[in-house]
Amino acid sequence: MSDFLSVSGLRLSYGRTEAVKGIDLEVRQGAVVCLIGANGAGKTTTMRGLSGLLKTAAGSIRFCGEDITNAPAHKIARMGIRQVPEGRQVFAEMTVDENLSLGGLQVGDSADFRRRREAVLDRFPRLRERLTQHAGYLSGGEQQMLALGRALMGGPKLLLLDEPSMGLAPLFVEEIFKIVADLRQDGTTILLVEQNAQAALEIADHAYVLESGRITLEGPAAEVVNDPRVIAAYLGDH
Amino acid sequence: MLAQQLVNGLVLGATYALFALGLTLMFGVLRVINLTYGFYFSVGALVALWLARSVGLPIWAVVLLGGVAAGLVAVVVDGVLLTRLRRTKAGELPSLMVTLGAVLALYSLSAIWLGTEIQRFPFDFVDSSAFEIGDLRISLVQILIVCVTFALVGLLFVLLHYTRVGLMIRALAENEDTARLMGINVDAIVIVVSFVSGLLGGVGGVLIGLNFNAIQPFMGETMMLRGFAVIIIGGLGDIRGALIAGVLLGMFEVLTASYISSSAKEAVAFGALVLTLWFRPTGLFGRKEVKRA
Repeated sequence: MSDFLSVSGLRLSYGRTEAVKGIDLEVRQGAVVCLIGANGAGKTTTMRGLSGLLKTAAGSIRFCGEDITNAPAHKIARMGIRQVPEGRQVFAEMTVDENLSLGGLQVGDSADFRRRREAVLDRFPRLRERLTQHAGYLSGGEQQMLALGRALMGGPKLLLLDEPSMGLAPLFVEEIFKIVADLRQDGTTILLVEQNAQAALEIADHAYVLESGRITLEGPAAEVVNDPRVIAAYLGDH
Repeated sequence: MLAQQLVNGLVLGATYALFALGLTLMFGVLRVINLTYGFYFSVGALVALWLARSVGLPIWAVVLLGGVAAGLVAVVVDGVLLTRLRRTKAGELPSLMVTLGAVLALYSLSAIWLGTEIQRFPFDFVDSSAFEIGDLRISLVQILIVCVTFALVGLLFVLLHYTRVGLMIRALAENEDTARLMGINVDAIVIVVSFVSGLLGGVGGVLIGLNFNAIQPFMGETMMLRGFAVIIIGGLGDIRGALIAGVLLGMFEVLTASYISSSAKEAVAFGALVLTLWFRPTGLFGRKEVKRA
């Protein structure tokens, strides 16, 4: 068992509908793990469960040796699990700079904060050009960069990326995956949820396939990408 | 005389603005229609009255402590009535009904306890001296009211835009879940927001009490309706709008009372409300929501 992130028997529901029906999942430090599956398979629900936005109905989540099952979301964020939520969710009425400050709240106004901010702005030069603009006026791709930058401001030990390429123009999709590859190069641990299975499997070390709330297949990404069932269901036309 | 009416209107309007600011903050950040807000206005005035009469504190301390007391009451009321509803994401109607019931109970309990007669500050508590410029008379109390209002508005602006807590408050106002993902302890921020909005409402109550020197438990009730008129005319959640709309409403009321009839006052406030909703449903200064790309 890995002592970084390990999930066992996790069940999550919205009201009476059970969306995640008992899944086991592991992420090793430094790895990029992807979770693929169709719309409604429970990918985003899983992410919301991990970040504490959704209460777990059963099962356990352990992170860095601590039991974080049902810990409040803000505590989980402070422990270093940073989620980039589906649909980016930037604070539209605040400036780019303020959005970044919110990501780095826990380091406050310190040398650490300024160093992280510079690192994020070096990684995303577009954000530097738009620091004083309201986030709502950025393009979708720029908002995704802001959401990523905001999460990086928190100095994440584990980055949860929920559909980072969703709704973006093809050029931006390519750029976002390039950024994920860069983050991987820098040793960031990432759990990636994607509908774009092809791109996700190319970048990941390990993969899980989620169907109707259950994990139906898992293994090294290089094997999963060649699995006939995966090819038929998710990679067929690409 | 017009100049005198405008001064009186500005003073009255300043207190309306202050009261409405607390309401718009509460609504904008906590996303609940909390009808107990008018009660905090009464609490501020009643505590101030008690401090002035029984403890003999000076006027500045009475304004400050009246506000603090109302802020604390707001924190308790919100904690008891609304925390559970928020946690279950119960929506607006349940919170409306719960707070409607609660505010009626709170008013009648305080009326049983304190009586419904109009009570006044001790003789000479309020310095009645005034500056006179020709026929125009501006009393020290009026100056105090305007200064306190603008000082609090300034402080609120600084709090929201130049402090870490303010950043967290605005984040919560926009998106609660994402605020949590930033590591923000939402429960703690809710307490801060309840306290600040209760304080603004309470200070408004003290100032109106000083202005008219007439205090009774139900005074928050009619004020609540004005508060809604101001925040709707100014645009929900819009600080600048609440400020301008509050001052305008105060001026219109005073002018109506002196040039038409004091019983037409209320008609003006709610006529303005209806007209605003008719022509500009987002309020006079309401922005359209920033579009997400």
